[in-house]
This record gives sequence, C-alpha cells and structure tokens, in this order.
Amino acid sequence: MSRIITRRRFLIGSTLTASTLGLSGCDALVESPKVQSILKIAEGLTMKTQRALIGDDTLAREYSLADISPSFRANGTSMPDGAQYQDLLSRQFSTWQLEVGGLVERPAKLSLAALKAMPARTQITRHDCVEGWSAIGQWSGVPLGALLNQVGLKPEARYIVFHCADEYEKTLDGSGWYYESIDLVDAFHPQTILAHSMNGHDLEVAHGAPLRLRVERQLGYKQAKYLMRIEAVSDLSTLYGGNGGFWEDRGYEWYAGI
Amino acid sequence: MEIMEALNHRIGSKRVLIRRHSLTVRLSHWLNVLCMTVLLFSGLQIFNAHPALYWGQYGADNDPSVLSLEAAEEGDGIKGVTRIGGLSFDTTGVLGVSNVDGEATARGFPSWITLPSYQDLATGRRWHFFFAWLFVINGLIYMAYGFIARHFRRDLLPARDELSPGNLRHEIVDHARLRFPKGEKARRYNALQKLTYLLVIFILLPVMIATGLTMSPGFDAFAPWLLDIFGGRQSARTLHFITASALVAFVVVHVAMVIVSGLFNNMRSMITGRYAIDVDDRTEVKP
Repeated sequence: MSRIITRRRFLIGSTLTASTLGLSGCDALVESPKVQSILKIAEGLTMKTQRALIGDDTLAREYSLADISPSFRANGTSMPDGAQYQDLLSRQFSTWQLEVGGLVERPAKLSLAALKAMPARTQITRHDCVEGWSAIGQWSGVPLGALLNQVGLKPEARYIVFHCADEYEKTLDGSGWYYESIDLVDAFHPQTILAHSMNGHDLEVAHGAPLRLRVERQLGYKQAKYLMRIEAVSDLSTLYGGNGGFWEDRGYEWYAGI
Repeated sequence: MEIMEALNHRIGSKRVLIRRHSLTVRLSHWLNVLCMTVLLFSGLQIFNAHPALYWGQYGADNDPSVLSLEAAEEGDGIKGVTRIGGLSFDTTGVLGVSNVDGEATARGFPSWITLPSYQDLATGRRWHFFFAWLFVINGLIYMAYGFIARHFRRDLLPARDELSPGNLRHEIVDHARLRFPKGEKARRYNALQKLTYLLVIFILLPVMIATGLTMSPGFDAFAPWLLDIFGGRQSARTLHFITASALVAFVVVHVAMVIVSGLFNNMRSMITGRYAIDVDDRTEVKP
C-alpha cells in the first residue's frame, strides 16, 4: 500500500540532512510562505472557472458494467486499528450508527440497516487518485441531499464535514484523524452519495466499510471512508488544521476538481 | 571558392538590423520559457507520485502499464528498472532509482529534475496549476495577437512553393549541414521552421492543455467528449507525457539551432527585436 508522502512527513524525516546540506535555491523558493500564498491564487481560479463551466447538477460520466476495473486499488487506510472500529467490525457494524449533527434542525443517528432501507442511487464511476491512477467501480448508497433534507439544514450551514474512524497519522494532539468537507453545491449534487455497497456487495473494510462518501467530480482524497459522523458547519477554520480536510491540512487543495 | 564567397560577401554587402520579433512575441516567448520550465519540472514531480502510465479509462498498480519506472530488489540494494511495453532496461542512477543525499532511493525521475527536488506532490501540483494558468493566459493573448496582427499569416504560414518536395529536401539537407539562409532569405523563417512552429503552436501545445484538462474529474463533467477523443483519462495521462517529451525534444533542437545559427544575433532578436542580416549594398533597406 502506498501513501501520499506529505511535506510534513518529509520535513520530519529530512530536517537533519536539509539543515546540514542546505536546501537548493529552488527548494528555498518553494518553501517561502509568500510564494505559497501566491500559488494558492490558482486554486480559487480553478474552482471558480470549473464551477461556472460545469453547472451545479451536471453529472460525472457513468460507465457500464464492462468498464469496471478488475481490481480496485484500496488507498489510504485499509484497516483502521482503533479499538472502537475493531469492536464495530467484530459485530459486523450492527452497533454502528452514523451521527448527523451540527447546524441541522433535527440531529439524527442512523443505523446501517436504516441507511440501507432508504432509497439508494447506484452509479458506475471513475475514481481518480491525486497520485495519477484511476479505477472504475460501482457504488450504491443514499444520496446525501436526501439525508440532509431529512435532518434539515440551518440557514447558516455552508459546509458538510465528514468525520472518519481512521487515524491516518499518529500524532500526540490527535490532528491525524481523517476528515473531509464539501460545500453545499457538491453536497446536493445527485451523484454525491453515502455508499454502503461497492460492485454489488457490502463495502469491504479496505474500501471504507461500513459507509464512505462519493463526490464524483473530485479526486480520491475527497471520498472519505469509514464515516462516523456528519457535521454541518458554517466555516472550516475551527476544525483540525483549519483547511477542511486531512490532506488539505497537509498542503493539498480543498477544491479537488483537478 | 569559399574565400571568393567571403570576399564577395565583404565587398558587395552590408550588415543591417531589421525588426524581427514584435514586443508581444518577445514577451510571450520568454514567459513561455518560464512556464514550460516550471511545468516540466513540477510535472515530473507529479508523475513521480505514481511513476507508471496506462492506456484506457482506468489504470492502477494491478493493471498492465505501457511505461513504468520501478525499483527492483537486487542483492542487498535496489536497482532502477524502466519498462516500456514488454521491454525492460536497467536505468539505475537516473530512472526508477537515483541518489538522494548519497543514498540509492526509489524515485521515478531523479531529484535534480523535479520541483521541489524532494518528494512533495502537494507542492508540485500547486506550482503546476499556477503556471498552467499563466501558460494558458499567455497562450490566449499570443493566439489573439497572432491572428489579429496577422503574425501567423505573415510569418508562419508557408507559401505553396516553400512546401514543394524539392524545396523541403533542399532545406533538410542544408539544415543537416548546418548551412543557414543568408541575406534576403534570412529575413523570413524557412519552411522547416514555419512547419515546426506551427506544429508546436497549433498541435503540441493545445494537446498538452487538452490532455491535462482530461485528467481533471471536474473538467470531465463539463467536457466528457475529451475522454472519447483521447480514449480515457489514463490514455490522456500517457499522451500528456508523450507530448511533453515531444516538446522537450523540440526545445533541445530549437536551442541547438539558436546556438549554431548565430547565438548572439538570435538572442538579440528575441530580446530587443533587432536581427542583423547581410544585404546587397545597392538595396535600400527599411529598418
């Protein structure tokens, strides 16, 4: 299993060598905060342009059964090792509940059975990893928009945050838990679903059992696995590193449409 | 014979500076140099996050690749292996495995050709997309100028007689012998130059942008036909790589030609716009 190597992880590993050898001129430029803030202009420009071009409800391409990848690579965590998750897994998620809260009118807790009983959408889509590879799979699950309508968003809600059961990076301050966020455009997109099935079977642990997010017009790191809690918020700056996601807190773009 | 020519040249001609490149062409040229340099180095950083290429809609570790840069175990250490289709080559030191701080490390492309030098996909992407925007905006301004100011028609569109097999053969032979046009003929690009620049401007660079956009899941929702044109996202990624390689090849030849056909004169013309040619003494020259 490969991991995306983060800047922080690199820096921890090579602080010694970098400080003894001295970074090259290019790398010094790369690490200047001013340069980094200028480069971020591109993300806003990309998001505004793509949103204007695409249209809020335009679907990502859907493929046929024949197009499905023979083996779908699992990425990120493939087995959360926390005691809570291991307990849920040992009971086949019969005690697992999805908590829906934050800026909602009627907070709810839903069992896996309750979610599976809701009307589902099935789609065969392409998963594009930020690293460059792609895999095609079939996903079934509850449209997020339907769930949000059920609990009722408060007017000040702007983002939906997904809290996960996997601690992807072990840290002392707990900042290594996986989480993701999307805005309401993507939250109410018809293909944005909370998937409980993949390729006609219950979601495997490696692919995020019991429930994962699918946001089909964005890259793989947005497709949060091992969902535990969904939270509606008005802004992202108070959560973890403040950038709206595990990888976003490690330098990746919040808008992952490219 | 050559002495006679040189003599003739001295006696019968004078050196004049003509206006060769407009300000727009010069600015867009140098901005392009900057953009393409950053795009190449940051692109190789992005490639290194998954140093394998596929054909079709999908492609990952368990699917057959058309090209891959791998690290394979060999004795106590590792060696770099480049696979192209069914062929494999030992490329230790450059591709697959290269030195990082004196230690053999699994790495697609070596650190001296990636931006940043160390493995950092997030930063590579930030640089790539910022300079991709700059490159696209620069390209659009250049395109608009090229049509409106008739730069394409006047400077790059070959005349019919220039495209005759005889002329092309003649120019290829001259190029191979490093004999370049002089005098009045040096005022214009020759047919090989025109065709090469047209290929780069109207085919390679647009394919570069289009294949890049095909890799974007967001842009695919807007223009799913791009997936059909290029045969899938992974094919587009492979074509992005091949086209980038073709552009690198173009730049190598371009720079070599700039050097051998008069480095100082060429550089002056792309910086100040003025290019020196030798003309017949008797002709009046408008600068």
